[in-house]
Amino acid sequence: MSNRILAFNHLSFAYSTKQSVLSDLSLDFFKGTTIAILGPNGAGKTTLLHLALGWLQPTSGHIALEEQPMKSYPRRELGKRIGLVPQSEHIPFEYTVLEYVLLGRSPHLMPLEMPGELDYTIALRSLDQTGLNGFQNRSMLALSGGERQLVLIARSLAQEPDILLLDEPTTHLDLANTRRVLAVIKELQRRGKTVIFTTHSPNAAASVAEYTILMRNGHVLSAGSTVEVIIPELLSATYGVEVEVAQVNGRPWVMVD
Amino acid sequence: MDSALTSRDALQAQNKQIARRRQILILLSILLLFVFGVSLLIGRYPQPGLLSFERLHADEMAQRLVLNLRLPRLITALLLGITLAAAGSVFQMMFGNPLVEPGFLGVSQGAAFGAALVIIFLNSAAWLVQGSAALFAFVGLGLSYTLARKVRYGGWVLRLVLAGIAVSALFSAGLGMLKYIADPLRQLPEITFWLLGGLAGLSWSQLLSILPVVIPGLLCCFAMRWRLNLLSLGDETAFSLGAAPNRERALLLAAAVLPTAAVISVAGMVGWVGLIVPHIARRLFGADTRYALPASMLLGGLFVVVCDDLARTLLAGEIPLGILTSLFGAIAFLFLMMYRGIKVRR
Repeated sequence: MSNRILAFNHLSFAYSTKQSVLSDLSLDFFKGTTIAILGPNGAGKTTLLHLALGWLQPTSGHIALEEQPMKSYPRRELGKRIGLVPQSEHIPFEYTVLEYVLLGRSPHLMPLEMPGELDYTIALRSLDQTGLNGFQNRSMLALSGGERQLVLIARSLAQEPDILLLDEPTTHLDLANTRRVLAVIKELQRRGKTVIFTTHSPNAAASVAEYTILMRNGHVLSAGSTVEVIIPELLSATYGVEVEVAQVNGRPWVMVD
Repeated sequence: MDSALTSRDALQAQNKQIARRRQILILLSILLLFVFGVSLLIGRYPQPGLLSFERLHADEMAQRLVLNLRLPRLITALLLGITLAAAGSVFQMMFGNPLVEPGFLGVSQGAAFGAALVIIFLNSAAWLVQGSAALFAFVGLGLSYTLARKVRYGGWVLRLVLAGIAVSALFSAGLGMLKYIADPLRQLPEITFWLLGGLAGLSWSQLLSILPVVIPGLLCCFAMRWRLNLLSLGDETAFSLGAAPNRERALLLAAAVLPTAAVISVAGMVGWVGLIVPHIARRLFGADTRYALPASMLLGGLFVVVCDDLARTLLAGEIPLGILTSLFGAIAFLFLMMYRGIKVRR
């Protein structure tokens, strides 16, 4: 049986007929791996993530989830398998942290079913896993940016998906919160989850990802193991600036001249 | 081990909180039943004030009055309050916007315009008035929503409110035109009734005519209350959490707009209930719609029943219900705004 969990075959996507965002992309993602999608702003990283979620439909090509066409999955089934942590989220009302995390249980509930004790237990455990125990009754609107990001991750953990997609999970975070988020990703990796995250920081990719996909202008420049991809020549071609890569604790560390 | 213990404690604390919320909802239901019962005895017969049980028992006229006039009127008041508050909650959650209600998105004005159109150009058959009210309620909502998406100024909350104001104003202008050409003796009084709102002379047949729309709509909103939490987070997030946002949104919109148009068709324009009551419910029960929606429905029913009691007893003549709900609603809104009860992000 194939270890491939997600496959993009000759995928193209355009928001309008004038300009394509992604063109002829073919990628395979394997179970239990952590993959960073790295590239400058406007490279098409978030679009790629939205295609992997099923939220956007490719203009040509197709996506297979566990060797089955993604379109063949009912909505709720897809929600059980793939979770998304968006870059930011508009929180319109004063939900408590637990109420918010509990929403992650939705795909596991029948359309008119309410969350029960098991769902509460899983939601509380997810808070625990993200270091947010004790936060359950806090208002979402009173949290810092980093804490909010962790709550979004906790909600995705409560969803118990096989694949977790994270859109720029560390972009607006300070060092301490970046470290916390990366530690959660490492923990997910240890538990055998497939994690795909976008980032424009090569160092965030280098610190947790086993595989890295380099993107620029809707094309994949390079894809492979992180140590093979995060090299000066490829990064310079991606970002258009001179880049040096040092080795810190056996991992690449990127510096800009 | 420590972590497991903490989780168990946290779970117990949550169970207690859920039980407390349910108790408050039950108390609120009992209060509503009590107020409803007392309201049946309040009126101006045989003299202003409370009708005694002895009198009710002995006086056949009083019995007929309570059964044929007050009971259908109070049930309609109750349904009106429940429907407007539920629709307000649904709209606020679905648009992720605490500043919307049917009256703000062209729904109420559209319904009133639709009803007036039928009164003038066709006839006043109840089903035609209701059908036209529902149709134009949807047109109003559709226009507001489309306009808000096209406006290139401000955030989503602001755009939706601006679009709603513009569409409501268009329908108000249309209503003005209809009033202008209406027969001043036959049609104008009927249309004017729409603008002030009221339940005077409401009959059992009018009440029965709206039930087939109102009851299924309310049940649908109630049954889907957990989904409203999901939809409030926006389409992308709702989708990622296994929802089908477009389908669920369309179903909930129909479940909120159709009953609203139905109650408006018999009660006229009763404003502010859909805006203020959901706010108060969220203040008391938190944002989670599992509790905020039933609370909103109960409080809406209570608010309109009490306002209707005042409407028919404060003065010798009847005060239009819409005036009282607007007065108290606007005062409550100002109070909440000043004490930071309403948090709006542009």
